[in-house]
Amino acid sequence: MLFASGASRHILTSWFSQGIVWGVSRVMRLYAETGRARFEEWSHLAVGLRFRAGAMGVPFLPIRSMMGSDLIGRLPDARQIDCPFTGEKLVLVPALNPDVALIHVQRCDAYGNAQIDGLPFMDLDLALAANRVILTTERIVSNGQIRRSPDHTKIPFLAVDAVVEVPFGSAPHECYGLYEPLFKHLDRYAAQTRQDPDQGCKDYLERYFFAPKSWTEYLGLLGLDELLESSRRGRSIYDD
Amino acid sequence: MTTNGSACTASELLAVISARLLRDGQVVFAGVGIPLLAATLAQRLHAPGLTILFEGGVIGAFIEPGKLPPSTNEQRCTRRANMVLGSTEVLLLLQRGYVDVGFMGGAQIDQYGNLNSSFIGDPQRPTSRLPGTGGGNDIASLTQMIVAMKHEKRRFVKAVDFVTSPGFLSGGDSRREAGLTAGGMFRVVTDLGVLGFDEHSKRMKLLALHPGVAADRVRENTGFALLIEADLPVTDPPTENELAVLRDLDPDRLYTA
Repeated sequence: MLFASGASRHILTSWFSQGIVWGVSRVMRLYAETGRARFEEWSHLAVGLRFRAGAMGVPFLPIRSMMGSDLIGRLPDARQIDCPFTGEKLVLVPALNPDVALIHVQRCDAYGNAQIDGLPFMDLDLALAANRVILTTERIVSNGQIRRSPDHTKIPFLAVDAVVEVPFGSAPHECYGLYEPLFKHLDRYAAQTRQDPDQGCKDYLERYFFAPKSWTEYLGLLGLDELLESSRRGRSIYDD
Repeated sequence: MTTNGSACTASELLAVISARLLRDGQVVFAGVGIPLLAATLAQRLHAPGLTILFEGGVIGAFIEPGKLPPSTNEQRCTRRANMVLGSTEVLLLLQRGYVDVGFMGGAQIDQYGNLNSSFIGDPQRPTSRLPGTGGGNDIASLTQMIVAMKHEKRRFVKAVDFVTSPGFLSGGDSRREAGLTAGGMFRVVTDLGVLGFDEHSKRMKLLALHPGVAADRVRENTGFALLIEADLPVTDPPTENELAVLRDLDPDRLYTA
């Protein structure tokens, strides 16, 4: 969607697709294959360590993967060296410090102390590495509530610039413990972009992103049935 | 393929045969699809102590029947796990040497076990841009690998269009010389047989055939000259029990169509 909307002509990531049940992203293929946009591919660990270096305030970190592959030949920013201590071959990956990070969390307070349930992915490194951090959150809670379980706080307010309360903010994707992906919606998106990737994606954006006047209207378009169904599945992770 | 050799899909055969390669007590890093399914099958059958890792950040996964995830980043992957952790942290376990086996699918593989999941055709002007490495390059660079894929001539090529995930590179000692001191390709499981790699040349070698498959059929579906073990064993066909447990895990045939 970043490609189809024109918001980006260059995406740096390790994997660019839709999940096994939906197949390869036709929109990504169209833009990458025709040279209209660039998908810059690093290994997943390399991306992680680039954010980690950014979060640590160092210019690079060493990594033992990517060597010998063709990935590295397309990445002038990755440098192969002989370790000054052991003489082993290593790759140095440079720090990534994004201008802005957008991170969605289950809850945070008004200062940006964010509690994340379940899979943390690269969120903490991303928050510390970015120069500006906008948190969206399922709900804003009091600072008192955060202080009752500081062990759940994964992103400190120090790193956060703005907090926005956005219930179902990851929909149609999932938010751990709250809702799973809206599978039927994603099925429809995949079908629509399979027929005509560019127009299909633009139609989707028009209908779901540009047309709604408010977040509530967007959720209304997703539909109460699917939202409730995804919530039921999402919360079931805690059943046993 | 049951005892009469026809009643299971190619994907089911891949899942069953590759599950048998996993041993109790191992730590396996599994990708989504057949690898996830086969690792889970092994865990339910002969390897209850198999520890499954996912790139999404999961240690000790225990997938529920009928609730297969569309990727290894979903909450479904965490249920009854021992631990969730960051995606960087879980990949670093590979680099530190905690993982026994990496287990992935592949779009294209060559005679030295190099995998391509990035570009079909010239990378500058690809006929097809594929999803990319994800953690595939890290897994293949850092640990011993099992790959499960369909056996087709367009997938088994002499040299891949692009080395996304390294096997033995140009064979011999080239992997080590490139700086990859750990791991390497161990087995490739296909719907026709089981393949390994020659100890010295590191060329792909046919080790076993599935029931009803002739070596010639493997040759015809391979785009390079295969080494072939002199005395080729035939794999045991999937048992009723293996297929029953597998179908219970994937009743909607999300991964095994």
